[in-house]
Amino acid sequence: MLKIWSMKQQQQKSDAASGQTKKKKVTAAQLRVQKDLSELALPGTMKTVFPNPDDILNFTLTLTPDEGLYKGGVFNFTFAITQNFPHEPPKVKCKEKIYHPNIDLEGNVCLNILREDWKPVLNLNAVIVGLQFLFLEPNASDPLNKDAANDLMTDRDRFKRNVRSAMAGGAVKGETFDRVMK
Amino acid sequence: MAATMQPEAVAPTTNGHNSSGRARWKYMDTLLSRPGAYTDPDDFVPGAVPIGNVEQSHVLVIGAGGLGCEILKNLALSGFKKIDVIDMDTIDVSNLNRQFLFREKDVGKPKASVAAEFVMQRVPSCKITPYVGKIQDKDEDYYMQFNVVVCGLDSIEARRWINATLVGMVDENNPDSLKPLIDGGTEGFKGQSRVILPTMTSCIECQLDMHAPRAAVPLCTLATIPRQPQHCIEWAHIIKWEEERKDLVLDTDDPEHITWLYEKALSRAQEYNISGVTYSMTQGVVKNIIPAIASTNAIVAASSCNEAFKIVTSSATFLGNPGLNNYMLYTGDSGVYTYTFEHQKKDDCPVCGNLPKDMLLNPESTLGELVESLAERPESQLKKPNLRTEEKTLYYSAPASLEESTRPNLKRKLRELLADGEDFAVSDGAFDITFRYTVRYT
Ligand SMILES: [Zn+2]
Repeated sequence: MLKIWSMKQQQQKSDAASGQTKKKKVTAAQLRVQKDLSELALPGTMKTVFPNPDDILNFTLTLTPDEGLYKGGVFNFTFAITQNFPHEPPKVKCKEKIYHPNIDLEGNVCLNILREDWKPVLNLNAVIVGLQFLFLEPNASDPLNKDAANDLMTDRDRFKRNVRSAMAGGAVKGETFDRVMK
Repeated sequence: MAATMQPEAVAPTTNGHNSSGRARWKYMDTLLSRPGAYTDPDDFVPGAVPIGNVEQSHVLVIGAGGLGCEILKNLALSGFKKIDVIDMDTIDVSNLNRQFLFREKDVGKPKASVAAEFVMQRVPSCKITPYVGKIQDKDEDYYMQFNVVVCGLDSIEARRWINATLVGMVDENNPDSLKPLIDGGTEGFKGQSRVILPTMTSCIECQLDMHAPRAAVPLCTLATIPRQPQHCIEWAHIIKWEEERKDLVLDTDDPEHITWLYEKALSRAQEYNISGVTYSMTQGVVKNIIPAIASTNAIVAASSCNEAFKIVTSSATFLGNPGLNNYMLYTGDSGVYTYTFEHQKKDDCPVCGNLPKDMLLNPESTLGELVESLAERPESQLKKPNLRTEEKTLYYSAPASLEESTRPNLKRKLRELLADGEDFAVSDGAFDITFRYTVRYT
């Protein structure tokens, strides 16, 4: 086994002799994110913002649902991707304080593929589709905001009213939410 | 590799987990404890080192089918003790004639776990960890734990994937990142075993032309100008069935269905004066049967495991030494013929040739000109490229916001954006691979 490596080093020496200088390489995570971005198919209801265009590992996704209970709102999610991507999933948080059964008041998102069901074969597109789905089909079965989940489960009309007033910057059960209307 | 299999009835206590432990490996120990005619005095230190290497090497076996059963058996009986095996398939009754680790009661169970169980029962000192699933489920961290990867696959796609993964893992600062890949393959009486030292030798992608591609005949040929008996069968299969028996789902195991196709194919062949259509050919074409011959599997697996053993022990020159042979071709249909040769690494290999390639550039030209030239490069024809260095996003065609913020770079001179010798990567949604280049200013 050692022999293979010494042969490899010999090959490299001859490469170095031929004038190659080693500069920083594009990292595997960058390569992967670049590829994911080149394959991204964003519908009109979503756009990305890169605060530092040179850093593709950190960006914001803006979601403006055009149907469902959250229609008319503007929701921003930060994506923070480490060099361990795609071994590790991206860290995704909602920037606004919103009333949603699967998003807590800190902006943490309960989406299976962001945690337990993440696999390196999944890509950013899968995450984005998953987020979009949360706004079309909020689900009460794995709640992060228990009050909201409870409302959704027991009284869908009240849940709808609460969503509207929270989106307008109002309070639900004494908790004031961010105004997210367009 | 001396035979290390002890007749269990004669020596029931020498199965490797008794107190002395080594009795079962007596002959292998003898082999590894002395220099021999083929040992390299600089690399082979007889005794504990090579013996320890066999015991401690962590080997990944991909595939637990016809080849995989042979490979697992060979490795275990050669003294390897840490093996993982991956296979996503379950056992079918038709496997039982050659996949000898499986019994009738195992039909329907996963190959990887049944094979691991069986071998561990016979060789208790060997620990085999099965994974039932796809190789693609696993990431680089997983593959990093192995010392050698031995493949016995029937899928080219899977081979390409593991090859690209292992090539991509090579880190020039980490000797452990280089995983020798030993690939066995069989088709009927023919087979091959080859050793790939990722980034050092020709890789599976370089050797892709060694696999005859499954001849997909254009539909128009089938429909209008059949030339071979197979064309007539495919015509009956793809076109005629849809026309006349659309509501019936074709069951390739139903003799009535095969007979129907055979008769349609035969009459079409007569119409075009083509001979050779038979019932069994019809069955073969429709079911896409590649005959599997137990002895071909045994020979190819023996060669593959022999290479694994030589690589970890340095007890003899293995295939894949750069500049030496890396490919053993076996042909069994006229005697037993093997031909061993060096398959050359391809500079334009999209996987191992895709290590950053030098690109000659004029520092005074613009990034826009570079992007245009990428669309014309024969290997890539990148129409919607995303380009970056480690530090900078040079130009991204997508998503829209990055296109907008990087568009001004198109007018800038390369010397303002890229240093001489710097690497940049180019991706395009239409390509699986990312192209990498090193800037060389002229
Ligand atoms: Zn290659």
